[in-house]
Order: sequence, then C-alpha cells, then structure tokens
Amino acid sequence: MLSALIVMAGIALVLGAVLGYASIHFRVEGDPLVEKIDAILPQTQCGQCGYPGCRPYADAISKGDADINQCPPGGEEGIRKLADLLGREVKPLNAENGVEKPRAVAFIDEQTCIGCTLCIQACPVDAIIGAAKQMHTVVSGLCTGCELCIAPCPVDCITMETIPETVETWKWRYPVFAIRQAA
Amino acid sequence: MKLFKFNGGVKPETNKDASTALPIATLPLPGRLTVPLHQSIGGTPRPLVRTGQRVLKGERIGAADGNVSAAIHAPTSGTIVALEPAVMPHPSGLSALCAIIAPDGEDAWAPVNPVDVRALSGGELRDYLRDAGVVGMGGAVFPSHLKLNPGRQGKVQTLVINGAECEPYITCDDMLMRERPDSIVRGTMLMAQVLGAERILVGIEDNKPEAIAAMEAASRGTPIRVLAVPTRYPAGGAKQLIRVLTGIEVPHGKRSTDFGVQCFNVGTACAVHEALDFGRPLISRIVTVAGNVSTPRNFEVLFGTPMAEVVRTALPRPDTNRYVMGGPMMGFPMPAYGVPVVKATNCILVASDHLFPPPPPEMPCIRCGECAKACPADLAPFELYWFARAHNYGKAQEYHLFDCIECGCCAYVCPSHIPLVDYYRYAKSEIWARERDKDAADQARTRFEFRNERQDREKREKAEKLAAKAAETKAKLAEEATGAPPADGDDPKKALIAAALERARQQKAAVEPKNTDDLPAAIQAEIGEIDARRQAAMPAEPPA
Amino acid sequence: MFSSPFVRKPTSVQSVMLTVLLALLPGIAAYVWHFGAGILVQIFIATAAALATEWGFLRLRGKPTALYLSDLSAVVTAWLIALTFPPLVPWWLIALASILAVGVVKHLYGGLGQNPFNPAMAAYCLMIVSYPALMSQWPAAGHLDFATQWDLIAGGVRDLDAITGATPLDALRTALREAASPSSPNHALNASTLMDGPAFGLAGGQGWEWVALGYLAGGLFLMHRGVITWHIPCAFLGALAAISLLMWGLRPDHFASPLFHIASGGSLLGAFFILTDPVSGATTPRGKLFFAGGAALMTLMIRDFGAYPDGVAFATLIMNLCVPLIDMKTQPAVFGHKQD
Repeated sequence: MLSALIVMAGIALVLGAVLGYASIHFRVEGDPLVEKIDAILPQTQCGQCGYPGCRPYADAISKGDADINQCPPGGEEGIRKLADLLGREVKPLNAENGVEKPRAVAFIDEQTCIGCTLCIQACPVDAIIGAAKQMHTVVSGLCTGCELCIAPCPVDCITMETIPETVETWKWRYPVFAIRQAA
Repeated sequence: MKLFKFNGGVKPETNKDASTALPIATLPLPGRLTVPLHQSIGGTPRPLVRTGQRVLKGERIGAADGNVSAAIHAPTSGTIVALEPAVMPHPSGLSALCAIIAPDGEDAWAPVNPVDVRALSGGELRDYLRDAGVVGMGGAVFPSHLKLNPGRQGKVQTLVINGAECEPYITCDDMLMRERPDSIVRGTMLMAQVLGAERILVGIEDNKPEAIAAMEAASRGTPIRVLAVPTRYPAGGAKQLIRVLTGIEVPHGKRSTDFGVQCFNVGTACAVHEALDFGRPLISRIVTVAGNVSTPRNFEVLFGTPMAEVVRTALPRPDTNRYVMGGPMMGFPMPAYGVPVVKATNCILVASDHLFPPPPPEMPCIRCGECAKACPADLAPFELYWFARAHNYGKAQEYHLFDCIECGCCAYVCPSHIPLVDYYRYAKSEIWARERDKDAADQARTRFEFRNERQDREKREKAEKLAAKAAETKAKLAEEATGAPPADGDDPKKALIAAALERARQQKAAVEPKNTDDLPAAIQAEIGEIDARRQAAMPAEPPA
Repeated sequence: MFSSPFVRKPTSVQSVMLTVLLALLPGIAAYVWHFGAGILVQIFIATAAALATEWGFLRLRGKPTALYLSDLSAVVTAWLIALTFPPLVPWWLIALASILAVGVVKHLYGGLGQNPFNPAMAAYCLMIVSYPALMSQWPAAGHLDFATQWDLIAGGVRDLDAITGATPLDALRTALREAASPSSPNHALNASTLMDGPAFGLAGGQGWEWVALGYLAGGLFLMHRGVITWHIPCAFLGALAAISLLMWGLRPDHFASPLFHIASGGSLLGAFFILTDPVSGATTPRGKLFFAGGAALMTLMIRDFGAYPDGVAFATLIMNLCVPLIDMKTQPAVFGHKQD
C-alpha cells in the first residue's frame, strides 16, 4: 500500500516536472497563425477582400470570419497556399472581390495631374510623392498595384501599367515534355 | 606540383580540333552594331549618348550603374542611330535597351589614357577597370573590378588563371593563349600585383599542348606556373579549377577570397592588360564559331555584331536551324540569328537537328545514381529533380540546389533522358522570383504599418491640439466674461470666423498660378483644356 | 525549344536493362546445364505474362506502350521471378507472380521508377505466403528429363518423388532441427557432418553452386560495365560472411559455414541482381552499405531462425522499407560543405 502510494506520488512528481519544463521551454508566443497567414498574403493592402489591409484580413481568416478566396492579388496560388496552411479545400477566387490581374504599378500622367494630393492620402504604402499644387509621381518600386489611388483622382490621370517581363525577371518555364500516347 | 581531384565529371567528345586549325581572324566592320547596355552581372548602365550623336571607338556610351556594374563603350566610331530595345542574346527572347550604331568606316579611336598601376590606389584602379568595362570573359561576365579586391582579410595568396576551357567545341581561350600569351602574362602580373598574390597558377587542360607551350614560353622569368590539368569536363569551372590546383573547395555563397584564392579567365587577363597598359576599354572579344559550319574558326568580334554576320564568314551548312551561345553542355539557344555578340559570347555554336538531335523521349527516373556519380558538386541530382518537379523548393534548397553550377553532367549521363538542368533552372528562377515577391511584400507591410501608425499619431496630435485650443478659448472667454461683460455674446465667435475667412481668401489668392502670363499659345490652350476638364470633374463651387 | 546540354551519352533505360539481362545469361546457362531446360519455359511464361500486364496497365494509364515496353524493365522483373522460384512450379503460379509483380507492385505504385518494393521479391513473398507447399518443392540436380519437367510445369499430377522437396538451405535447417533433439540418431552431429551428403555439393548444394558462380560472373560484368557499383554486392556478401562466420564459429553444430551461406540460395543473385535494383534500393554510397548490410543480417536471421527456406526476398522487402530513411540520413557532403 505504502509503496504503491510512493510510486504513484513519484510518477506524479516526475510528470509534473516534465510538464512544467515543457510549458517553459516550448512556450509559443502570440498567435503564429495570423503571422503565417499574413506572410502568405501579398501585402498589396488593396482592401479588395473587404478588410482594411492584409493584416486585418489575416485576422479575419484565422478567426473564421473570412474565407480564403477573397484576395485577388494573391490569386490562385495564394489561395492554394492558404488552403495548404489551413488544411482546407482549394476553391476558386470569389468574383465579388475582383479578378486576378497581372502585376501592375500605378502611373501618373504628369501632364494632367493637378496636384490635389488625394491619391497621396489614398496610397496605403506612401508610394506617391508630391505636395499640394505640385505634380505627383509614383515611386514604382514601392507601388503594390492596389489601385486605391485611381478612384480618388479627380482628373483621372492615374493608370495601371502592367510590369513587363525583363531579361532579369524572366523565369525558366517548368520543363514539360509530356509523354502521352499519340491518339 | 601535386594536383587535386574533383569528384564526378564527364568526358564528352571535345570536338576542338576543327576550330584551331586557322588563326584568329578579324571580321570586316558590320553595317550596324546593336550594343546592349546590359552586358554584365549587376545594374544596367545608364546611357550617356543621345540619338544622332557621333561617337568614337572606345568612347563610353553607358556608365556603370552603381559599383556592381561595368561600363559599355562604342566598339567603333560612327553615329548612334537609335537607343531602343532590341532582342537580347538570351533564351527568353526578351528585349532590352541597346545603342544602335551605324559605323562610319573610319574606326577612329577616342583619346586613350593608359595608366600606371603603381600610381593608382586600389580604389582608383578598380574604378578605372569598371569604367573600362572589364568583366569576366569566361562567360559569367562578373565585373572584374569587384574581384580585384584583396578584401578585409588581407591579401589573396593565390591567383588562379583559368585556361582550362573544358566545354566541347569552344577554343577561344586556347587560340588566345596560343597567339597572345604575352598579353595574358602581362595582364596576369598586373592582377597579381593588385591582389598581392604570391602564387600564380595557370591551369590549362592537357588536351591543349600548344597553348601550354606558348604560355610556358611567355611566362619564363615570371613567378607564373603553368600547370596541365587532366581533361575532364567541367575542369574549367572556376570552383573545380580552384579545387584541382589548390585543393580548396569554395562553397556556394562564399567568396573565394575568403579562402585566399581568386580566379580569372585568360581572356580577362588580356582585357586587364589592354585596359591598363593601352587605355583601351573592352570592345571586342575572341569568339569561336563551330558546329554546323564548313570552316570553324575563331574571330575577333566587336560587341554588337549580329551573330549571323559572324557565322556567315564561317560558311554555315544549309540545314542550320538555330544558334547556341556557349558550348553544347551549358550554352543557351538564341531566340534569333541577328542577336548581337556580347561580352559573354565565347562561342557561337551553329546547330542543326542532325548535329544535335532533339533529346529522346523523357523516361521516368529509375534512381540509378549515374547523375550523382557525374555531379562535380557532389549533389544528389535526382533528389533535386524530384523536389523541383514537385515544386518543393524548400527541400530543394536543403539539398543545396544553389550549389549546382548547371554544368549539365547529370543530364548528359541520364539514361532516362530527363532534362535535369532545366528543372534546376526552373526551380532556381522560381525561388528568386519568390524572394523578390517576399521582399516586396515585406517592404509593403512595413510601409503600410508605418503609415497607419503615422495616421494614428496625427489624429491623436490633432485631437490634442484641438482640445488644448478649446481649453484656451474657454479660458479666454471666461476671463473676458469676468472682466468686462461683452456687448454682444456672439461677437468673439463671429470675429474668429471672419478671421478664418480672411485667411482662406488670402491662401486662395496665394496659390493662384502666377506664371501664366506670356506663355505661347499652345501651352495656353493646354492650360485651358486642363482647366476645362477640372471644371467638368469638380463641382463649380464646393458645397458650403 | 529544349536547352542545354545538347549532347548526351548514348545510354538509355533500355540499354541498362539489356545489360542486366545479358549478365543473367551465365547463371541461366548453368541452371539449364544442371537442372534441365524447364527453366527456359518458365522464363518464357514469366516474360510473356509480365509484358502482357505491362501493356495492359500502360494502356489504362494512357502511356505510350511501345516506348515503355521496350525499356525492358518488365522483362528483368520476369526473369528474376523465374530464376528465384522453384523451377518446376505450375505455369500459372509463375504467370500470377509476374502479373502481380508488374501490375500491383509496379504500376499501382506509379510505374517505372516509383515502386518502393522490388517487384520480383514482393511477388516471391506473396507466393510463398499463399502457396507454401508449391513454393518449397525443389528438384535435385539433373535427374528429370524435359518431358517430365514440361508435364509438371503444365500442371500435371505432382509426383512428389520426382521432386526432392527442399533446397539445400531447407534440408540443412531440417537436419539441424532434428539433430537438436536428443532422441534423434543424428543428435550432436555438427553442420559440416550433416552437409556431407552428395546433395550439398561442394559448397552450396549440388548444381546450385554452379548457378551461383554464373550469377557471380554476371555480377562482375555488371560492375565492369558500371551498371552497378561495388557497394551493395560487397557489403551484402561481406556482412553475410562476417555474421555467419561469427555464428558458425560460436556454434558450429547449429549454424552453417559462411561459404555455404554465400554459395547457396539466393545470396549471389540477391547481391548482384536484386538488392542492386536502383528503384527500390538505397542510392547514396554510404546508404548502399547500410542497406546491403542490413539485408545480409535479415537474410541470416530468417535463414537460421525463421520459418522460410530462404531469407533474401523478405530481407529485401524489409530493407526497401528503410530506404527513404537511409537515403535521407546518408546524403553525402556537398562540394565546399565538407567541413561543416
């Protein structure tokens, strides 16, 4: 009887110590899921998903408030990665949120710009420079192509220009030498 | 001296004899030169010329963009007829900015200013070489001035000069060593001086006895040691040659200077000599034309010369259907016959389906391990292939994908005829694209978060300011109330509004454009048009 | 547009498989010499069944049949099945084994290059579990004429007297078990005494030792041609010899000599032709040593303590299971990364 008690108490002590050690040494800080989702999102900050930025959308996905197919800039590949991460089914992009387009940057027609600063206020990543009554311009390296500057422009001088493929950004294609039976 | 060995490697037919029978020939001036501004690793040089401008031979037409870049020069005298995108000698078939030069036939040199290496500091010398456009001539076109830096650790003990030239068909280095060994030796000594190298080793594959003899004769009386290395592809890979000559293995991502070694191609040594001793920038190179031609030989070709013009001189056979830039193991198919010769063009391999038949059908990998036996980087190529095929890039990098030098040995020996190197190129370019996207996303995230924080701060500050002002006004009013009772209770408020209105009016007057007088009619009309559009776009009077 | 390299070594899956088939010929010749031409009939049946199955599955999977049939991988599997099975089993057993090997073990796992198990060995194990009696009837050397062999293969009445009923390995095991019991007349006789009978031949059983010698010659040819490396055969035979030497040295009355282990059963066929199957085997040089060494240990365990006459087939399958782990843990150091 006594030995049984001692054994049980010993086991309890050892297990308790192991658990205590684990809780200190394998502690997980914060909510890594939101971070992981946010890392997949393209950070365009365009709001097409219905949330004010990528991070809020990531929050909403992790809470189950939003679906994974609401990000047009992320496109099909983004949906596939989210589905992989969250163990969900891949589904097509929700057309209500927009359509997947090739990567583009905003371009301000400097002849037409009146310097109203509305686009500067709209830009989520401060990629437009200029001042009141001064011509504005887009720093194309910083532009995420969110199109948020287009609507506020009173003179419609902003257009989206697709980023052309260059020798430096060109990618080797997946080698396809399909072996299929001829007819 | 004891030589070392690298694992793997293959021994394909070398096919080098055909193009070494004749001496290096010079081509007549072509009718048009298409000089791409971007011919080296690094930034695209900024154009220094305008359309219609006359340039002299050797005149700088593109200035290095930053330190990792090299300048571009006019290969002959003539007129810049256009600065426009043209198809690049790149497998993508994409275009990039080129200077199109119509030669005037005079081939008149711009004034040259040779320098005395002793009189220059290391930095000045490197700037000089950058502005002379000297890049690695072995095919990698890495700006040479960056490699001529002894680095922080002190000096580079060993300078390796690469004359191995292991790729089949290519003989441009071989012919250069046979015909201009003195220039190579002089350039090598200059580089050794800059680097402070004590040991200078020239590695030449033992299937080039003439080149070895010529280099030995030219280097007599210098500390240069010419060493014959066993002929085995890819002995001419920089890492493999360093391994063979010194036993040092330089991993991917590390600089060879960290190990006290630096390696240059024999052509680069020649270019350094030309630039420093004669002040001549890099405007031409030796190009082997071989393969499906009647008279394969080497030519000294000005950059920008269309490949078809060079090949024509070597009499291509009628069944020619494409050009390859480089050799049969690592070369790239060219998108057009008219693409220009650039600094990286060591060989134009004229191809036909008879000479290089399309690969047999691809079979599944049977994991036979032939590729692993052949890999000079000791990789497991078939594992990399599985990962690349499955888009499993993380795993591919774990298995050292980026240590792959794309030499093609694995695909050469594969009994299943799998285009292994294509899979690695695909995976590498995907990984680079992903890294670019990730960097852009990280930057956007930071900027977005910063903007949100700033907006919050501005809102907060505004609210605080307003609160402070309101308190102030209240205090003032209370003071006035306690002092003399106001005649009209609304008076101060009205005065404030009047003042604000006056300020607004003044502001409006201030921003009224004042430079609209005395403008030409066309611009007046344009302003009118813009104003009209503005009127149309905005309500005439902002709603009160 | 295809890209570099534009030149290739004149090699193909077909040429690799053809070399393997060529290398099997000396062993087959010795087989025919000592046990009659019945084996040729079995090889033919196995090849026909394997190719037919391969064709059917290729059609079902929409793959080009001519290209894949001519890679000869199914033929290699078929020949190995015929050579590892008892030579006088009814034809349908060989055919069934070939169909299972090619259809289930190979194609259901994804076809050429994808099968985790050696098809011939998997089929062997399936058959020995399903038809243990038929799978353990082995003839003694050369006392059956071709007509009788043909009759047995065609499914004629199995006259058990015509077949001695066990391999030398099996016979030895039975004898040793018997000798272990105190009531037996052979009690306390050691293995070498028990193996004195003519059926045990010079080293590995009458006739079988010559077949094994044929496999050895073929294996050396494969090594010479670079189709296989030295790692697997040397590690397998070396480990087999070392472990059996240890056991024989400790208890000579219980265990057979290393020479007997190497020369009998499927040891040499396994060392040069079965374990060296690249698809299901380990691929790294160090991995191959572990893989083959493990297979040798398993083989001896099964031979000496297990219920089956030979252990090479089961040992191969068990080690096939370990291949992903072995490969992952034995990746050689990459150029420039050897110090870390």
